[in-house]
Amino acid sequence: MSDDSNLLSVKDLSIDFLQEKTAVRAVDQVSFDVKKGEVLGIVGESGSGKSVTVTSILKLLPENARYTEGSISFKSEELLSMKEKQLRKLRGNEISMIFQDPMTSLNPVFTVENQLVEAIRLHAKLSRKKARQEAIRLLQIVGIQEPEKRIKLYPHEFSGGMRQRVMIAMAISSSPSLLIADEPTTALDVTVQKQIIDLLKELQQKINTSIIFITHDLEVVADLADRLLIMYGGQIVESGPAKTIFANPLHPYTRLLIEAIPHGNKKSGRLPTIEGNVPSLSEIPQDVCRFKERIPWIPDQAHEINPKLREVEPEHFVRCTCYKHFWMKEAHEKK
Amino acid sequence: METTEKTPSLVKMFLKKMLQNKLACFGLLMIFLIVVLAIFAPLIATHQPNVMDTGATLLGPGQDGHLLGTDNYGRDLFSRIVYGSRISLIVGLGAVAVGSVIGILLGLVAGYFGGWLDSIIMRFMDALAAFPFILLAITLMTVLGTGLINVIIAVGIGNVPGFARMIRGQVLSVKEELFIEVTNSLGAKQARIIFIHILPNCLTPIIVYATMNVAGAIISEAALSFLGLGIQAPTASWGNILKEGKDYLIVAPHIAIFSGMFILLSVLGLNLFGDGLRDALDPKTRA
Repeated sequence: MSDDSNLLSVKDLSIDFLQEKTAVRAVDQVSFDVKKGEVLGIVGESGSGKSVTVTSILKLLPENARYTEGSISFKSEELLSMKEKQLRKLRGNEISMIFQDPMTSLNPVFTVENQLVEAIRLHAKLSRKKARQEAIRLLQIVGIQEPEKRIKLYPHEFSGGMRQRVMIAMAISSSPSLLIADEPTTALDVTVQKQIIDLLKELQQKINTSIIFITHDLEVVADLADRLLIMYGGQIVESGPAKTIFANPLHPYTRLLIEAIPHGNKKSGRLPTIEGNVPSLSEIPQDVCRFKERIPWIPDQAHEINPKLREVEPEHFVRCTCYKHFWMKEAHEKK
Repeated sequence: METTEKTPSLVKMFLKKMLQNKLACFGLLMIFLIVVLAIFAPLIATHQPNVMDTGATLLGPGQDGHLLGTDNYGRDLFSRIVYGSRISLIVGLGAVAVGSVIGILLGLVAGYFGGWLDSIIMRFMDALAAFPFILLAITLMTVLGTGLINVIIAVGIGNVPGFARMIRGQVLSVKEELFIEVTNSLGAKQARIIFIHILPNCLTPIIVYATMNVAGAIISEAALSFLGLGIQAPTASWGNILKEGKDYLIVAPHIAIFSGMFILLSVLGLNLFGDGLRDALDPKTRA
């Protein structure tokens, strides 16, 4: 794999949040690459560091966040040492972002037209009139009917799904080479969720952009992502091509996530769940397998001390050796 | 395909709410009357406001063709009050304009950037607000000298801390909104974010506060003029008519009563209108 094919390359990225006296690590030694035209899915529960990881790419983290180590390079340029001014040229232009909550991601005092035209004109020297035509074209692309009429409306006159479509239109207005979608479907109901994912898939093929898609729902990325990162407690616990991971999930966390996907044909009983909660960042155990607490049936000696990602088959990485003992779950459940 | 809800336009909703509110309509009527008085003063006034007539001093209302009587120099009171409305309105609007522009700028900067800049600006505002307003205005008037512009500046500066605090509070909540992060992620400059995205979202309470403050500024001008620091004779302002009237409370109470009543009605009108405005603009009471 040559470095040239990588659009984005994150290496050993660690991010700390400074609290009153202590620093809390939200992202720990995360490395991944995004190739041109590729869809990377990042999966994990809330608090696993996935949003922080991607927000850090645009350097939009809150003020108390510190990039402790690592590097983020985009098109072979280092982002972490970039000046605000250069970054602004990338934001919304080369790298765009779609956020989780479409209900609050549009400015309530301006019409959709206003905001779309603004987004377009921030990076393209177009007259207001030309930008408006472009805005209507974008609305058409994202599947909003009667865009000439709808463009004059205010965000509160749109439904959640339509607002997310407008957000997507804003994000793709400059044909970015990288689109970051931070749980874009979480706040939407299931049918709309499907529509938005189909739309992203279609757009990805149309404008050939790379997408980083974040979700806590493995099912959502199942047929969208080319590669997957599974994150837990600020670390990557498993990564590899999506097909490989679905065919042969290894880390207990991945397997439990896959088990938790509801199947329409399975009628019996309750949905499987993962015991316990994601520990808060300051309580996360260091130097041991972070998922240990939630898989109590795996004996302590099965875990590694200070586990590292290990390549178990080509391009398929797993952290810790505990995955070899996942079979013990059945015995645990029978008890 | 999702559907769009059809909601009536915000302007229509706002107008409907305002018209339903009788008190607000009354307030608006008062404001309207005073604005008409001020604009068409030369047409409405029956006499020259500053022409003395020593043969007709302290006439009662209605006497000798003087609608509201005359003052101690024999000047027509009605005409003086009509011309005085100009001063009151100019000071009221001017002082609020000065106070709001400075206050909004300081509040935006303090709220958006935070940190030490915020501390410095807001502690300075606290200090300014801690001064009794009249004392502050007297100090300023002494330094600046009397005159219309200086009254506006003095009253305006007294208004700054209120605006700054209010807008800072608004900015603190608006800047955490997701759409600000979205705008940031689109690559907008900070000035653009502050003035085009944050400011309009802070305006609603500011409009209400400004309306109420016009009333406050009118009273402040009257108070300063009453103390002899504001508009100087012979120019008529409601405050200095009141001041002159106080010396003749026994023999000619109409001078103080009528000038006082105009102050009262304009302030009442502005406050009622401001209340109605708040009710109509407050999203929490929006149906």
